[in-house]
Amino acid sequence: MLGRLLPHPLLTLALALVWLLLVNSFTSGQALLGLCLGWAIPLFTRRFWPDRVRIARPWWLVFFLVKVLWDILVANLTVALLILGGRRFARPAFVPVQLELRTELALSILANTVSLTPGTVSAWLSPDRRTLLVHGLRVTDPDALAREIKTRYERPLKDIFEPDIVEPDIFKPDTFEPPC
Amino acid sequence: MQEIAISVLIVIGAAFTFIGSLGLARLGDFYSRLHGPTKATTLGVGALLTASVIHFSMEGEGISLHELLVTVFLFITAPVSAHLLAKTALHLRVRSIAPPPRVASSSRTGNERSA
Repeated sequence: MLGRLLPHPLLTLALALVWLLLVNSFTSGQALLGLCLGWAIPLFTRRFWPDRVRIARPWWLVFFLVKVLWDILVANLTVALLILGGRRFARPAFVPVQLELRTELALSILANTVSLTPGTVSAWLSPDRRTLLVHGLRVTDPDALAREIKTRYERPLKDIFEPDIVEPDIFKPDTFEPPC
Repeated sequence: MQEIAISVLIVIGAAFTFIGSLGLARLGDFYSRLHGPTKATTLGVGALLTASVIHFSMEGEGISLHELLVTVFLFITAPVSAHLLAKTALHLRVRSIAPPPRVASSSRTGNERSA
């Protein structure tokens, strides 16, 4: 019953927070309106969220975000230097990274993190979602890059979102059909 | 003091946005050029938005935090568009300095199941 009325409690809170930031006024009235929107929007968009968003270790997520923000800062400086240094320093390469993550949210966050952090852009995800192809701007050791992505970002995400999913996975096939 | 901080932040932001755009012109191939807009510009926009937060929190009534939202949306959308561009480029076999992996450039990849 509660599951039907309030399918995504975390989304509700997040949407309420986004609403408060959007109107830029932190009053109780706006908070109530935000909660109402946060309750209604997940109900109307239920089809986009088949599984309940679940964060097993919320505090680790905070640490992870701080770490990623720091990495983004470093990434900006290194890429800026690479651009100013010109082509001489660029040594682009494609690096496949074998994935252990299975949930869609964790995968999206990993791909986004890779794109935002030092010299890498996630370029392609294999159809079975087991390999993420990463394009690096300056790759000296492809294996080291893959290992760093796995230990630095994938491991914490696995601990945060899916500590209990072990191989073999229960992964649903992609049901999305493009209209064309 | 406050004006100095805002000015410095705006200059830093403008510099990084400029470097990011410069990357579009200077880097060697399509995939390398993707790195400029996804990274160098995020710090640029971040610095500009921090300046905005300081300015409007001091000037107006109460603190102004909706700039945070711009950052959040940027961090969500910039990598997604870069990913889609890279994926499309792989699909179309755009010229690349780095040898593109065979698996990704084979004709049917990813989610496309269209006829």
